[in-house]
Amino acid sequence: MQTMHTKPILVKGLHKSYKQHQVLKGVDLEVEKGSIFALLGSNGAGKTTLVRILTTLLQSDGGTAAVNGFDVASKPDLVRQSISLTGQFAAVDEILTGRENLNMIAKLRYLPNPRKVAEEMLTRFGLVEAADRRVSTYSGGMRRRLDIALSLVGNPQILFLDEPTTGLDPEARIEVWKVVKELADGGTTVFLTTQYLEEAEQLADRIAILHEGRIIANGTLHELKKLFPTAKVEYVEKQPTLEEIFLAIIGKEAV
Amino acid sequence: MEGTKKHFFIDVSVMLGRSMRHIVRSMDTIITVTIMPIMMMLLFVYVFGGAIQSGMDNYVNYLLPGILLMAISSGISYTAFRLFNDVQKGIFERFHTMPISRSALLWGHVLTSLVSNAISVVVIILVALIMGFRSSAGVLPWLAVAGILAMFTLALTWVAAIAGLSAKTVDGASAFSYPLIFLPFISSAFVPTESMPTAVRVFAENQPVTSIVESIRALLSGQPLHHDIWIALAWCVGIMLVAYLFAMKAHKKRI
Repeated sequence: MQTMHTKPILVKGLHKSYKQHQVLKGVDLEVEKGSIFALLGSNGAGKTTLVRILTTLLQSDGGTAAVNGFDVASKPDLVRQSISLTGQFAAVDEILTGRENLNMIAKLRYLPNPRKVAEEMLTRFGLVEAADRRVSTYSGGMRRRLDIALSLVGNPQILFLDEPTTGLDPEARIEVWKVVKELADGGTTVFLTTQYLEEAEQLADRIAILHEGRIIANGTLHELKKLFPTAKVEYVEKQPTLEEIFLAIIGKEAV
Repeated sequence: MEGTKKHFFIDVSVMLGRSMRHIVRSMDTIITVTIMPIMMMLLFVYVFGGAIQSGMDNYVNYLLPGILLMAISSGISYTAFRLFNDVQKGIFERFHTMPISRSALLWGHVLTSLVSNAISVVVIILVALIMGFRSSAGVLPWLAVAGILAMFTLALTWVAAIAGLSAKTVDGASAFSYPLIFLPFISSAFVPTESMPTAVRVFAENQPVTSIVESIRALLSGQPLHHDIWIALAWCVGIMLVAYLFAMKAHKKRI
């Protein structure tokens, strides 16, 4: 359905206010196919608002936004066929088991063999053992993995991840990063919001900074680094960060 | 748009399957719903019943229709509760970003309410039979009773949907049902309205419960149906249509 020339995500002059409060004041951005695009910003910068508009949950007040070549306001159904959203809070059904959650979403995507799809996802996300337990018994990391697995059912071309690692422990965060990298390698376009600079640095092909409703910087990590004066050479004794210590003790390597 | 229409029934059946699993995994909700009306029935038959001049020789026969309505009025508050949870937990956002029919989400809950209230009604009728309830009605009048109760359940469930979608707290989502549970007291459900003071009597005779109770009573005792049945149906259809429109409006606001 997608034509060769359309960008997966194309946003021009997007505005959104809640009553008096202007959240987005003219946002422009584009995302290349198969890339990971990270939107950085502090709390309240408007990241979630932008994601909600792009995923058809919210109407903008002005400007245009096209996802997979379809206008989000006039062709929401076509947009919904191309995307998946993993929001800030795990959108899983806690009373159902992991397998039932996957089955349900596969049926709602009208896939021919929902059971098989569920089985594949459980294997891929290391949830086979927990498959028939209710999700309410899952740990935060397992829940997030299931959440992302649910988003990937039916192989959407464009995946939105709104602060996917907020509230996760370092181990679970690294797991999520691994999944996201694999997805992009497989050709999925990933739009990610985060407030962790390190996350953007680790994952993103392009990074945009949303500040007070506008994109104030947009480029590759290398380009963003060039915006600053050239690095000075200093000699400092490097202490391990607490995260490195934590990961070393529990026997995992930092990415 | 055509796509979502074509899949409407698949969507509804998946949603129904989902919330039926919720019900099966929390059978305590059905027990809670049936216990209060059964206690009422015991109290009124064995404690107050001797002093009430119902005009029927078997007071259980007189009382049962009102008790059934009371059970349904409290049973529907679980629909509000489940909808509220869906909205809060973010699973609705997942559904809304998928190309599935908007109203299917609500219909799944509404049909589940129909099934779970039918179970409660059957349990209460069984208890009434043990307490001496007898009916001379044949298959057709029983079907008519089932039809009226189903209409009543549908009408109130759509009211519950409004509450579930627009409530700010979980208590708010279910509090609306308390006045509904008490409506049968100010009707001909427990005592004939002739004994009430004029003002109360006018209210009692013109509120929906009385005409519904009278119709069910007439059907079960093999008496001819009065114009009550039309008033009863008009109330059910009227409430259902108005509540449906408001529920869809509240739903739209939530997206």
